[in-house]
Amino acid sequence: MIDFFNKFFRPAPPSGATAKERLRLVLLSDHLSLAPDVVESLKRDLLAVISRYVEIDPAQADVTFERRDHDVAMLASIPITGVRRPGYDESPEPTPTPPPAPRSVRYDASPVAESASRGVAIAEKTQAPPDPVSLELPMTPDPLLSPAVASESTSTEVEPKSTATSAAHRRRRRRRKANAAAKRSAQAQSGPPLNASAQA
Amino acid sequence: MMEAFEQPAESPQAVRPLGRAIVITSGKGGVGKTTTTANVGTALAARGAKVVLVDADVGLRNLDIVLGLESRVKYHLLDVLEEKATLDDALVRDKRSESLYLLAAAQTREKEDVDTGLMKALIETLRARFDYVLIDCPAGIEMGFKNAVAGAQHAIIVCTPEVSAVRDADRVVGLLPNDWRPELIVNRLRPLLVKKGKMLSVDDVNGILRLPLLGVIADEPNVIVATNRGEPLALDALSETGAAYRAIAAKIAGEDVPAPDVRPASTGIFNKLGSLFGKRG
Repeated sequence: MIDFFNKFFRPAPPSGATAKERLRLVLLSDHLSLAPDVVESLKRDLLAVISRYVEIDPAQADVTFERRDHDVAMLASIPITGVRRPGYDESPEPTPTPPPAPRSVRYDASPVAESASRGVAIAEKTQAPPDPVSLELPMTPDPLLSPAVASESTSTEVEPKSTATSAAHRRRRRRRKANAAAKRSAQAQSGPPLNASAQA
Repeated sequence: MMEAFEQPAESPQAVRPLGRAIVITSGKGGVGKTTTTANVGTALAARGAKVVLVDADVGLRNLDIVLGLESRVKYHLLDVLEEKATLDDALVRDKRSESLYLLAAAQTREKEDVDTGLMKALIETLRARFDYVLIDCPAGIEMGFKNAVAGAQHAIIVCTPEVSAVRDADRVVGLLPNDWRPELIVNRLRPLLVKKGKMLSVDDVNGILRLPLLGVIADEPNVIVATNRGEPLALDALSETGAAYRAIAAKIAGEDVPAPDVRPASTGIFNKLGSLFGKRG
């Protein structure tokens, strides 16, 4: 009955705007599912960044994309197996090794340490994969350019949904950008984006 | 193997630069590829260019009937590819234009019957004889699409302001060769609906597809009338849609053409009809 009432008296958004928004979302997922190579390199970079701060199990890591009502989210489930102490433990992996972090970058290990130990505890008890660090990043129009990756233990919304128009990038354009982004992140080494979002 | 294609054209010809082979495609069916091919080809020929329209929609031949040439077709694309007829036997001259030709599709065959290599060679041969080779691509992204694209160097994407058409157009653009820069025709736009916010605008469509805009065709009842009669609107001097097709042809020919006017007409039948149907949202 209320639905019926609403239908007639509440002004609905113009259907053209609805069409545009639906298209933006569907093309985002289309492009992500069409570019497995891009998603793969995103996953690789993501794991490399996170493993500079905590020890993870790359084999169990899972990065997926999920259509939600108003955006497309990247969900990363990455089991943490141990903690690195910045400045003492050097990354043993051949991942891009961070140079000494810039002065402005601060690192607060405690939340990660907590979640890591909790993860391990659960793993021992249940034989299930360790409680993963879960990242939930809503995808802005060009997801692969979005630099921020939060390493907090809770679901973290990094960026508010942007109102920018949808990016219907073709594969080649995306690949180029993704490569550039990968390069950038390799050069930027760690901290800045991570830290920026962690402090935000 | 290819001799059939290489017969001399109607006159001993001087060395001419190869023409441009342009595929007209969309992914989605029913958005107006065939009507666009017929009208753009007609408008290009009316400018004096030598144009051949190739119907690559094997099994669902329609370009002939849109052009009003259905009774003149004796041989088709596959007859030529399989050397059952020469190219000159199969090319049908348009009723209205001396410089417009049609190569019809086979109606009783399948898209898989077309050999991609032969198709490519045929388009190459046509490019040697015509300024423009317009290829009417079938809907879909399977074999028929691949064959239609094979010989072309350029693509025109036809898209209507609908979510399904835009999504399919986006997919097709991703399937075209990387170094192409396809151009966009937004077809069946209803400016009045756009003004009311009930239809995707040209900017909405192209904000997503991001292609150079070749032209905009309004959804005008005359297009249907013209198709009924088999007389492309592009030749109708009084029709706004005809003018829009002619502007597209001019742009293809390299002329500087002002951006298409997508505002609703203030008077006239189109406006009245638009408001009549617009109420449905």
